[in-house]
Formats: sequence, C-alpha cells, structure tokens
Amino acid sequence: MNFSYPEFLVKVSENCIKCRRCIKECSFGVFSWDGEKIKINHEKCVACHRCAACCPASAITILKYPVSFKENHLWTEEILRDIKKQADTGGKILTGCGNDKPYPVLWDKMLIDACQVTNPSIDPLREPMELRTYLGKKPEKLEFWHDKSGEIKLTTVMEPQIKLETPVIFAGMSYGAVSLNVHLILARAAKELGTIMNTGEGGLPQELLPYKDHIVVQIASGRFGVNLEYLNSCAAIEIKIGQGAKPGIGGHLPGEKVTEEISRTRMIPAGTDAISPAPHHDIYSIEDLRQLIYAIKEATRYRKPVGVKIAAVHNVAAIASGVVRAGADIITIDGFRGGTGASPKVIRDHAGLPIEIALARVDEQLRKEGIRHLASIVASGGIRSSADVLKAIALGADAVAIGTAALIALGCHLCQKCYTGLCAWGITTQKPELTRRLNVEEGALRVTNLVKAWNLEIKEILGALGINSIESLRGNRERLRGIDLDEVYLDVLGIKPAGR
Amino acid sequence: MIEPLFSKDISGCAIVGIINTKGKPIKGDVITEAISVMHERSNGLGGGFAAYGIYPEYKEYYAFHIMFLDEGIKESVEAYLQEKMVLVKSEDIPIRKKMSFLNTPILWRYFLEVPQSKLTPKITEEDYVVSIVMNINKRFKGAFVFSSGKNMGVFKGVGYPEDISRFYRLEEYEGYLWTAHGRFPTNTPGWWGGAHPFALLDWSVVHNGEISSYGINKRYVETFGYECSLLTDTEVIVCLLDLMIRRHRLPIDIALNALAPPFWSEIDSMEKNMREALTALRIVYGSALLNGPFSIIIANSESMIGLTDRIMLRPFVAAKKDDFVYMASEEAAIREICPEPDAVWSPKGGEPVVARLEVQI
Amino acid sequence: MKIDARGMHYRELNERIHDAVLKGIKEIDIVNVLGQRYIGTGIGEKVTINVYGTPGSDLGAFMDGPVINVFGSCQDVIGNTMNNGKIVVHKDAGNVVGLSMRGGKIFIKGSVGYRTGIHIKAYKDQCPVIVIGGKAGDFLGEYMAGGILVVLGIFGREKDPIVGRFIATGMHGGTIYIRGSINKSHVAHDVSIEEIDENDLSALKNIIQEFCDAFGITDPNSILSHQFLKLRPKSHRPYGQMYAY
Repeated sequence: MNFSYPEFLVKVSENCIKCRRCIKECSFGVFSWDGEKIKINHEKCVACHRCAACCPASAITILKYPVSFKENHLWTEEILRDIKKQADTGGKILTGCGNDKPYPVLWDKMLIDACQVTNPSIDPLREPMELRTYLGKKPEKLEFWHDKSGEIKLTTVMEPQIKLETPVIFAGMSYGAVSLNVHLILARAAKELGTIMNTGEGGLPQELLPYKDHIVVQIASGRFGVNLEYLNSCAAIEIKIGQGAKPGIGGHLPGEKVTEEISRTRMIPAGTDAISPAPHHDIYSIEDLRQLIYAIKEATRYRKPVGVKIAAVHNVAAIASGVVRAGADIITIDGFRGGTGASPKVIRDHAGLPIEIALARVDEQLRKEGIRHLASIVASGGIRSSADVLKAIALGADAVAIGTAALIALGCHLCQKCYTGLCAWGITTQKPELTRRLNVEEGALRVTNLVKAWNLEIKEILGALGINSIESLRGNRERLRGIDLDEVYLDVLGIKPAGR
Repeated sequence: MIEPLFSKDISGCAIVGIINTKGKPIKGDVITEAISVMHERSNGLGGGFAAYGIYPEYKEYYAFHIMFLDEGIKESVEAYLQEKMVLVKSEDIPIRKKMSFLNTPILWRYFLEVPQSKLTPKITEEDYVVSIVMNINKRFKGAFVFSSGKNMGVFKGVGYPEDISRFYRLEEYEGYLWTAHGRFPTNTPGWWGGAHPFALLDWSVVHNGEISSYGINKRYVETFGYECSLLTDTEVIVCLLDLMIRRHRLPIDIALNALAPPFWSEIDSMEKNMREALTALRIVYGSALLNGPFSIIIANSESMIGLTDRIMLRPFVAAKKDDFVYMASEEAAIREICPEPDAVWSPKGGEPVVARLEVQI
Repeated sequence: MKIDARGMHYRELNERIHDAVLKGIKEIDIVNVLGQRYIGTGIGEKVTINVYGTPGSDLGAFMDGPVINVFGSCQDVIGNTMNNGKIVVHKDAGNVVGLSMRGGKIFIKGSVGYRTGIHIKAYKDQCPVIVIGGKAGDFLGEYMAGGILVVLGIFGREKDPIVGRFIATGMHGGTIYIRGSINKSHVAHDVSIEEIDENDLSALKNIIQEFCDAFGITDPNSILSHQFLKLRPKSHRPYGQMYAY
C-alpha cells in the first residue's frame, strides 16, 4: 500500500503530436513511451512545468491531484503527507527554495509616497536619476586640505568600497547548489549591470576569473576552495554565518554531487561529502568573529571589504551591532523567506524573522548607537520586485540581494526540488544533459533584463517621490506608510500609519 | 495651547538676503521693502527676519530670542537658564503692542555667557549652547528658541513679513547682514516658532521649497545627537550645516557640495583631486544630500550663502553692487532696493553663491 | 632580519613582515612577541619566520608556503585554512589547531586543546599533516575529511588521557594515528579502530623523523617502537541516510 498519493495529475490532451519531447525534457521521469502513446507516472511530477513549457502542441496540463483530503485546518494535507513520508523513511524532510508558509508579507503592507503640487515629481526619462551605491565602511567624517593654489584635496584615507550602478546585487549561491552555467550567467549579468554576484560557499570556478571584479567570494564554515588566490580574486569577501532559510544549520553537499568539476572548486576529492559545519569552529563568540574578519583583512592586506552574512533571527539588531563593532564592512541580513538548495523543512518553515522586521530593527539600532556608517546593510530573503527593493531601501538598506528572483528569470518554477539534483531547467543540477539547457548568453540577457527593468521602475518611483538620487531614499522612512498594521508593527518598522 | 505640527510642515515661500561685505550698517526697513515686493509668494501665515550686527554692545554674549506661550513656562525656562548659563541681561523684545496677530506669544531676549566650569575638553562652548537650545525646545512645552547666536537675532511670527517687520520695529535696528522670509504654508496651526528663519548658534536659514529627502536628513543628524522636534525641512538644514561645518570642520564650499552635489556623471569626468574629494563626499555624506526643490539663503556672522537644488526646481537670483551682495527668489525684490546693480545673475543649480564679510565686526 | 615586537600592534608588526617578504628577505626573527595576532597570515612566499614569545591567535592563517618556528606556546586557531608551509611549536598550542587545513604541516611538541585538526581536508597531492607530541583534548579530528593526524602522548600532563572524548565525530576521510591505547567508547561509532600495517608504519616513519628533526629529538625509533592505533572512517558518506526526499 502506498500512503503517498501523487501531488499532481499530468494530462496529455488529444492535441499530442507524439513527438515525445516531454519524455526527454522531464528529468524526474514522469513520461515514458509505451509504443503507441505517452505513458504518465503522476507520482513523479513536481510541477516544474518544463514539459508544458516545451510541448510544441501545448498538449500538457498539470493539475493538483484531485484526491480531496477531508478538510481539516489542523491536520492539513501537507502535514499528513509529511508524516507519511517520515514514517516511510525515518529521515528529516528536505526541501528547497524559501519558506512558503502564509506568514504576513509586510512589503505588501507598506505604501510608497508620491509628490503632488508642494514638491515636484521628476521625469526619470529626461532628467538625471542616480542609482549609484557604494558598499563598505565609511568614516564618520571627512577631512580636507586646501593646498597653496587653493585647490581642495581629500586627506581622509577611505576604506575600500564596492561601486554599484544599481542597488540590486545577486545573493550567494554555491557552485554545487547551482550549476556552473548559473554562476556564469550571474557573473556576466553582474558585469553588464555594474553590480556583484556572490559565489556562495562552494569555491570559485576558474571560469569566473574574468569577472572577478564583480564577484564576492564567500567563506563559510566548510572553507571550501578558500586559499590566498580565492581571497584575492574578488571585489569583496563575505563570511557566511547563516542564511535565512536555515539559520543555525550547516550544509551538506552529498558525495554523489561532488563531481570532478565541483571537486576542483571546493578543493576536496570527488565523491566525498562536502560538509559545512553548523558554526564556524573558529567563531564561538563575537570576539572570535572579529578575529576572523581581521585574519581575512590581514590576508588581503586591507584591500578588500569584508562582509558578514547572518540570518534574521529574533535578536538580530543586537547581533548586527556586534557584527559591525567586530569590524564587518558590509552586513547582509537574510530574512526567513530566503531561498536554499536544501534545508530541513522544519527549520525553513519555522525559524527566523521576516527581512522587513529585521532590516528596520538593524538600521535603527545601528543609528541609535551612532555606528550606521561603519557598515553597509544588504537586505535579502524573498525580494520579489522593484517595489520590494524600494521599500527595503527606504527602511534603511544600502542594497538588496536577489537569488530566487534571478533564478525565476532563468526558468525556475519553485518546485522546491533543488536538493534532488534533477532540476529540469538546468539550474540546481550538475548533470551535463540538464545544465546544457541553460544557455549562458541567453540567461545572462534575461537576468540583465530583469534588473534593468527593475532599475527603470526604481527610477520611475524615485521620480514620483521627487528624488533624483537613491541615497535620498535610503533610510527615508518618512516616504513609507503602513496599511493594515497594528501599532507594534508600525513601531518596529519605524513608519507612520497611512493617513498620518 | 498650540503645539508644533504633528505631520511634516509643507510650504512654499519667498526669500531675500542682503550683506554689506565691508560691514556697513543696513537699516531694517531696506530688507522689509525687498520682501514685501514678493507679497504674492506668501499667504500671511509666516514671516521673519534674521539680522546680524544688531547687538554691538553685547557682541560677546549669546543672544537668545525666545518665545513663550505663557508666563509659567517663561519662569521655568528662566530658572533653567539661571542654572545653566550666566545671565548678563534680560529684556522684552520691543514690539508695536497695538498690532494684532494670531496667537502672539511672549517675546523675550537674553544675553548669556557660558560658565567655564561647564566645559570639558570634549564639550566645547558651542556644543554646550546647542545642547541648551535643544533642551529648551524639546523639554519645555510652550517655549521655543528663535535664535541663539552672538550679535544676531531672529524676529519672526505668523503674519505677512512686512507686518512682522513693523511689529518688531525692525526699522530701529541696524545690521550688516539681513535675510527675510515670507511663508506660504499649506498646513499650519499658526505657531510662531514654525516661521522662518530657523537659527542655531549664529547659523540662520531661510528656505523656499520642500525637501523630499527630509526623512533621511533628519535620521542622519539624529545619529549625531541633534533633536529635530519641529518636522520642518529648515530646522534639518540648520542641523546639517552645524554638523558639517562646525563639528566636522568641512570647508564651507565642500559642505555646500554635500547638500547639492554634482551628478556622478560630472564627478566621474573631473580631474583626480576633485573627483576623489567629491566621490568621498557623496559616499560619506550621502544622507546630507537635500533632494527635492529648494532655494536657501544661509547666513552666519561671516557670510551669506545662497544655494539651490541640483536641478533648479526653485527660483533664485543674485546681484552685486559695490560692497553689497543681494540674493532673492525674484529679481524684482532686488531691483526694489537696488535698481541698478553692477551685475545680476541666476546661479546654476547646486552652485553656491558665497558672499563673505571682508572685515572683522 | 630581526623585529622587536615589544608593545607593537599586530597590524604594524605584520606590515613589517609583509614589507620584508616583499623585499625578498628569507628569514625573519621576531622577538618579544606577546599576543600579536595573524603572524604569517596570508603570506604565500617560502620564507622562515622565527617567533620568540607567545604569539596571538590565527598564526599562519591562509598561509601558503612559509615555515614558522614558535619558540614558546601558541594560542587558538593556528594554521587556520592553511594551504601549504609548516608551523613548528616548541611548547603547547590552544584550541582548534589547523582548522580546515588543506596542506602543509603543523608539529607541536607539547599538548593541544579541543578540536585539533577539525575538518582538515586532502586534495590531489596536498595532504595536511598534524603531529602532537603531547596530549589532545576532545573532538580530535571532528569532520575530518582527509590528511593525517598523529597524537604521540609523550609530553604533556601525566594524568591526562592521550586523547579526550568524542574522537573523530563526523570523520569522513583521512587517517588518525594514536600512539598508545584509547577508550574505544569515546570514538565515533562510524569510525573503525585498526592496528597499523606496514604501509602505515613507513608513512609514520617519515613523519616522525621530520617531527624529531624539528625538535632535536635524537631517537625516533623509541617513539616508533610503541603501539599505534589507526582510526579511519567506515564511510565517506556518514550522513547519507538522514534525509527524506
């Protein structure tokens, strides 16, 4: 007896021209050929839509499997399926992508202001509109010197900065979790857009070296692929403490995914597990973080900004203050809707904080302590649109990192099966026949298009706000109003209610 | 009792300023004539003046112009001042009592000295005075400090500027530098403290426009301990100037560049020194950028500075005649008091016009 | 070249070391070292650094080539993510020796703290080697993925066991050699405990010889003639069965 009924029902209509393309396209093995027609194994369908998108006859429909569970708000279909799966296997339930539970999305409860009469809106198409952003530690003040000719010279020595031409950057995703083509696409797009991508913790594939000025390399607890060349082939270095999808949890790339190529970038033998311990074993406390930050600064002779990425957890404001005081030049806060290639579902769905809350608290705390200038804030974790970007910047973010949104541009349909390594869109897989599906040039264009489109929309809204430079929106919560939020939420977000 | 606004103050305006760079005295009726030409730009809900060089006999002392809503609060503030400062002289500000305005407060001026015992190597005299002003404005309900600089004062109220001038008998004062403001608020409870100029120490600002970046400008100065209680753009500009010029010791032209910086495209093509200086300035002082329409006249005891936003969303004209420099929202205001200037020009957006006093006053 | 580090901040000290390396100086003596961190960190050249005193943590982090001789004890995390080179410590070292080390050697004459050799890895012809002359604390070789860890138990406090508890938890590669006996209940269940064979012995001979040379110990055979145990992971995939797909 099989307790786990299929989740989806796949139908092939009479329009089918029997080209059998779906059989080739479905990496999960839903389709086969019985000599006369397409045979379907519904159980294997994950709703990734690859077949439907490729079917030349538009003959494929995917429906929720029409088995009605007895309605129950406590014992939901998902709970029942999970219990049965665990009874079958005795294992932790794995999942991919970000938290999909119906927690409130606070972005959708914030409204942006616009100008009418008392100050003019600005036409972004015909007047200058500046999105340039610098990430890195800033001095509290500058010092200048007038030389004899009266010319002004800056005497303050600036810490290293990353120059961005858009406040949108790409979030850390490791080679291993995603395919090399994804890395190449993001690196190309980053270069084209004047922004940065992040290697995640899987090392730096040699193919990315030409883009090194647009790459942030990550140091996570596994230290995969970290050597001096790695530390010096980048725009900045990020210490990854945690990620929103699995705060407090390590990582584990199973040995069968450690191919020859992955083995090279991670610098471990092919076929062995790549384990990222839950903590960094040289960081058991905040002063240890300072020790590692400065070890990296020493190793790079203070030429690169060093960032720290943490998951948004309950005490995030105090933690962020500690991270900044420990010497981080950039702090990335990853909210609980952040994506993942693999996470225990129980952690993904139940731990952490929304990025909106975490960001508002961190920015406010750093300002209260007078240390906001010491580090740039990057917000990430479920950023879906230019509106989210704008609201994040108004709450106080210097830049916003996107991962899932960029992958959706490449075909991801959020089927959440990244950990199987079977991604039919060639994104979270290492199988050459699947990764081939992602054309680097075309993919880079699609991701570039996405961010360019967001840039246009960001400029549009800045214009409506009567602002022609992004720094005048940064932390400008006066231009946000909350709707349908209670006083506590408004207070935490530091915004006024609509109507005030 | 009338409170400062809960929601952000919004207003359009007229501004004008005159300086004699040789320090020669100018009578108060001159600036009054100029501002009254721009009557149409204000709506009778705010007018005010800043005058420099008007208290030569007390020029060593901080002159506090303070408004009180009742005698009770006046007594509390005076007790506080007695405790924190040395009181040299205290008197009412002369007014034409017969003129009637909305919500006229008690108007008083004090000449004060900072007790040296209150200073530490970390707290300068100016820091100390700033903290006193911030404290009165924030914690004494019904009291508000109009101005707190030496040998200068702010006269303002709810009315047309020419009426406010008559009310304060400004024709009886002489100063080498005057600025004036006529206000067109869209929402106001008629609170006298909300009129321009805003002043702190010897800085004063008159301002036309609305700052779209207000939220972040305010949060930025607050991280340095300033308290912006009034929700007006102008108060924030005063704090930004005090922060950058007095506390951070930025050269004035650099600080003005932070308020209205060149575009990145311009900075990128500058020669190295200037490019590095302005790039760093925008990186470090990005939160001080005043975005949105504005023209302002900033004054202190040594200079008068005019500045507009980067894309010239508010009008601004400057003129020069002999030792006099004039700045105004409209050329007519200047021509009224100086029919034949040597030069009249419209400065570029973001390009400051600086007129410096050439003598010691 | 000699640097007197008395009262010097680590940044200045390391700046001077880097400058010296850049100038092509091959041997640097640093005296009066007291707590300065990151000595040798991020250096990729084959130079020798002799440290007299007690250096601070993260000595030789991300190092790729130098030889560092410490005539004293070291603090925590020496050889952090080290790629190549050698660290020789004449007294003891603290916790987390050789974290995630990928290559090179660390020889410690005395004892070490917790989590020695944690997550060390081997890659291609790189094989990190750590030899402890004294005793080691708990979690020896945690997550070990490759390389060789040797604990001799010769020096150090008499009453301490050669190795503490939770030996080799999560080990999935490499080899640990322990001279003497251990409490088997402290060894992770997915790690096998074996007698050494001829191949092991010849590998050990070379390592012990180099260790003895480093500390002027004249009789390596007296060390080698003792019983050695070998710890190896039973599986390269210790956690394969923990997930429901």
